[in-house]
Amino acid sequence: MTQLTVQDLHKRYGDHEVLKGVSLSAEAGDVITIIGSSGSGKSTFLRCINFLEQPDAGRIQVAGEEIRLVPGKDGHLRVADAKQLQRLRTRLAMVFQHFNLWAHMTVLENVIEAPVHVLGVSRREATERAMAYLEKVGITRFRDSYPAHLSGGQQQRVAIARALAMEPAVLLFDEPTSALDPELVGEVLKVMRGLAEEGRTMVVVTHEMGFAREVSSKVMFLHQGLVEEYGPPAEVFGNTRSERLKQFLSGNLK
Amino acid sequence: MIEWSLFAESWPAYASGLWLTLKLTVLSLAAGLVLAIPLAVLRVSPSRWVSGPVWAYSYFFRGTPMLVQLLLMYYGLGQFEWVRAQWDAGNAFWLVFRDPYGCALVTFALNTGAYTTEIIAGALRAMPHGEIEAARACGMSRFTMLRRILLPGALRRALPAYSNEIIFMLHGTAIASTVTLVDLTGAARNAYSQFFAPFEAFIFAGLIYLCITFALVGLFRVAERRWLAHLRPRVTSRKAA
Repeated sequence: MTQLTVQDLHKRYGDHEVLKGVSLSAEAGDVITIIGSSGSGKSTFLRCINFLEQPDAGRIQVAGEEIRLVPGKDGHLRVADAKQLQRLRTRLAMVFQHFNLWAHMTVLENVIEAPVHVLGVSRREATERAMAYLEKVGITRFRDSYPAHLSGGQQQRVAIARALAMEPAVLLFDEPTSALDPELVGEVLKVMRGLAEEGRTMVVVTHEMGFAREVSSKVMFLHQGLVEEYGPPAEVFGNTRSERLKQFLSGNLK
Repeated sequence: MIEWSLFAESWPAYASGLWLTLKLTVLSLAAGLVLAIPLAVLRVSPSRWVSGPVWAYSYFFRGTPMLVQLLLMYYGLGQFEWVRAQWDAGNAFWLVFRDPYGCALVTFALNTGAYTTEIIAGALRAMPHGEIEAARACGMSRFTMLRRILLPGALRRALPAYSNEIIFMLHGTAIASTVTLVDLTGAARNAYSQFFAPFEAFIFAGLIYLCITFALVGLFRVAERRWLAHLRPRVTSRKAA
């Protein structure tokens, strides 16, 4: 079943066109990694999917339901129905580069917050669920700590538990390891690898080529707002056709 | 030569003055806070039409001395025939402004409301953008985000600045004595004219203000320990990222 479809997404900032028509389709269980140099539009693309950025053109479907869009005064697309967007956002959980945990809440409170106050799950059930997810990411013993008292890797694992607690159709990861000290990257990647093995649908923007190669079902290489190469990792990495991707992989394209 | 009889004889007057001071402080702070929370939310609105009127209110009350505001309200309003007509008609709202206690309470509440609005608005603007994005990304409505993420985070962060505002207000209520009210300062003035011992009269009041201030500072230290625990650095064996 198709969990997420993005068709022909365009986005510009002033005169600069960041996305020039990018499409993506994720079946249940797909792990799609998006790679590309900085400025290629990969984070913008991900952030347009849940409307943290407003795309200028394109269509987005989440679990078969299309987000209704109307043109706004400023030329960007606008969501026709805010309630529908809120509902669809609960189906798209996001993990951010800088974790973005709510600082005044403990770890457990962070994880149960949206299930209780957005989905309307009872506190008891949300807590049970949260503890299961915290266990999955190996953070149960810090349940009563505040985010600022955890390491970056621990905070990111809490953020992943928070995303999982929404039981979303698709998990969106926006460079989840880019803000971490090198020695903390592994613990987060390990959790993400586990999620992929469970068959969760994920779209991952990353610089971790090892993860892209070994875990993903499809790899998308973005260059200057266009899909330069797209396919299974064995093909994209093993039989690279694009000259730019070859350069990128050898580290020459910054 | 210390006039000890002043303390012995006039302490009941000081006690009732203290009671009025505390009433004025607590009620005006409570009303000011209730006013300031929604106003602070409007103040940070990107729309000028929404934030502008709040800005004008806070600019006026922070830009003029509270004493002038009180005199304006207590002596100034009665100059207008229309207001006097409302008094004669027994209009309950306008009668508040004929009563010195009502005038003092309204002035103090509006004054602290203005300062508190700016304190909370500042804390709202300082909210990390990422926390707001995380709230939007998980499908929170604007109201839920305000209620669950923005205000709880901002009010906590505003606590140290707000504790100063509380102490300013406690001391600010001393000007109530200029509109015939016998608050703590008023009691001291009365004792002064009765005993002709200004030092004793005012040092007694001063010491009482000092004690309450210290109690408030202690109270806020406890409150900050409780509600700002998440911002306190913590010594741990774990490596912080």
